[in-house]
Amino acid sequence: MAIKKLGSQTILFKNPPSIIATGSIVGPKEGEGPLKNYYDVILNDDLKNEKSWEKCESKMQIDAINTALNKSNLTEKDIDYLFAGDLLNQIISSGFAARKLAIPFFGLYGACSTMTESLSLGAMAVDGGFADKVICVTSSHFSTAERQFRYPLELGNQRALTTQWTVTGSGAAILSSEDKGPFITHVTTGKVVDPGIKDVNNMGAAMAPAAADTIVQHFKDSGFKIDDYDLIITGDLATIGKGIALDLIKKEGFDITSIYTDCGIEIFDNKKQDTHSGGSGCGCSAVVFTGYIYKEMLEGNVNRVLLVSTGALHSPTSVQQGESVPGIAHAITISNKKD
Amino acid sequence: MKNINQKDYKNYVDGIVPKPTYLKNCIWAFIIGGLICTFGQFITELVMNYGLNKKEAATATPIILIFLGAFFTGLGLYDRLGKFAGAGSIVPITGFANSIVSPAMEFKREGYVLGVAAKMFSIAGPVLVYGFGSSVIVGIIYYFID
Amino acid sequence: MDYIKAFLVGGIICVIGQLLMDGTKMTPAHVLVTFVTSGVILTAIGIYEPIANFGGAGATVPLPGFGYALGKGVIEAVNKDGILGIFTGGIQATAGGVAAAVFFGYLMSVIFNPKTKK
Repeated sequence: MAIKKLGSQTILFKNPPSIIATGSIVGPKEGEGPLKNYYDVILNDDLKNEKSWEKCESKMQIDAINTALNKSNLTEKDIDYLFAGDLLNQIISSGFAARKLAIPFFGLYGACSTMTESLSLGAMAVDGGFADKVICVTSSHFSTAERQFRYPLELGNQRALTTQWTVTGSGAAILSSEDKGPFITHVTTGKVVDPGIKDVNNMGAAMAPAAADTIVQHFKDSGFKIDDYDLIITGDLATIGKGIALDLIKKEGFDITSIYTDCGIEIFDNKKQDTHSGGSGCGCSAVVFTGYIYKEMLEGNVNRVLLVSTGALHSPTSVQQGESVPGIAHAITISNKKD
Repeated sequence: MKNINQKDYKNYVDGIVPKPTYLKNCIWAFIIGGLICTFGQFITELVMNYGLNKKEAATATPIILIFLGAFFTGLGLYDRLGKFAGAGSIVPITGFANSIVSPAMEFKREGYVLGVAAKMFSIAGPVLVYGFGSSVIVGIIYYFID
Repeated sequence: MDYIKAFLVGGIICVIGQLLMDGTKMTPAHVLVTFVTSGVILTAIGIYEPIANFGGAGATVPLPGFGYALGKGVIEAVNKDGILGIFTGGIQATAGGVAAAVFFGYLMSVIFNPKTKK
């Protein structure tokens, strides 16, 4: 019997896993953004002395993991499972990162929603008694994503105003069955929602209904009121998606305007950095959470956060075949208190 | 949450997305595109001064412009021009060269046969297919009408 | 005067391309294909020749000019060589540009490495 389930899509943990350490690493552009003081490592260039951008992305995952391990005085041997994902074909960055680490590995793909997907599954493994310590990590890289999903970097094309900028970065979090928090207390797993958007340059609009659906469902299932949260933050809806999500959530009777923002908006200064609508990618919510939000929680500046990473489920093939872009969003509640 | 009507949603999204800055984009496209063509005219007259006839100049001009487009792509400057020039740097033959060099250069790490050579025409290939193809069709029609 | 004509005609063709990209969400590849094909067709029905005579490089440097060279080449070759000209005319007229694109494209990709966008 599913004794830990609340409502139709939410889990309430009996032994909420504690996030004991995080590691965040970002590229040079992100390192010039508004959150630059929160990251552990900022790269000087997006190759990191590697031979290819793909190698660099994989190395970033390893470095994010090692940073988190060092901070918690743990080694690879102390970790029971690695939950990792990225955006590249066959999630190869994660596979190659795991190749260097002697940790049992679950590879995940949820497009840009992968960070909360990995945190959800990692937390379930810990709460369920299957693991004492797990690592959840995701990464994305502007140059690897751009060449896989869009155009060559040197092509003289114009980016539409609705486009988003894939974040170069990786964030890792270590979850443990015991410690003093912050804790993952709830998980609301999203359904795939397809609003029929076919324009791949407008991911925010494609993902906003999924985010709204998950957030509304979270409040219905968990019984939380909006005031219970200090912050609700979506993964990478960016400016266009954020406005749509707010509208859709308001229509369902929840006004979250005052405590709501989006990682894709926080990570860049859109005007100054010419990132159009904002940031995107698995790395976006990963570094904003492991860098910024986690540290703000440790300081006690925010005490309960709903993190909702959002993903757009498409591939170059599906787009060329004229398919629409469905969205997915997973929410986790992170709280400084266990209840 | 209630199911979303895809048609209503599309209309709603179309209403809120920022519109392209048509006027600004067109002015830039006009100026840069015009300048590249003026430069092409300059090259044509230059090579004709060196004794090439009109037909030879019509072959030499694109070759020189293609070289320049390829070279500035290699230097990493052409995409910066394209950011504000838009079609002004895509439509001239230099943009054709850019569309060949940019994928070729980028896929070097995937090897010189299946990377560089195969990806070289990922954008320009269709141009040749439709260009050559339509010229053959025009030839067939012209042959039978004439 | 030739320079001003080239500037005007070339600029206008590029503006048409810009409007296609902004207004219809066509990708650069679609715009280029459309322009080459329309260049061939406009040449075949005799519209592009006067534009090229007026605009000079303004009409021949943009991609429709590539189509113009193809169309003009095939018609001349059919006149000269008959049925074989159907297949040789267009490509012969543009062989220089295509070979240059292949050669310089390869050369540049060997010499230079791609840099990320800023």
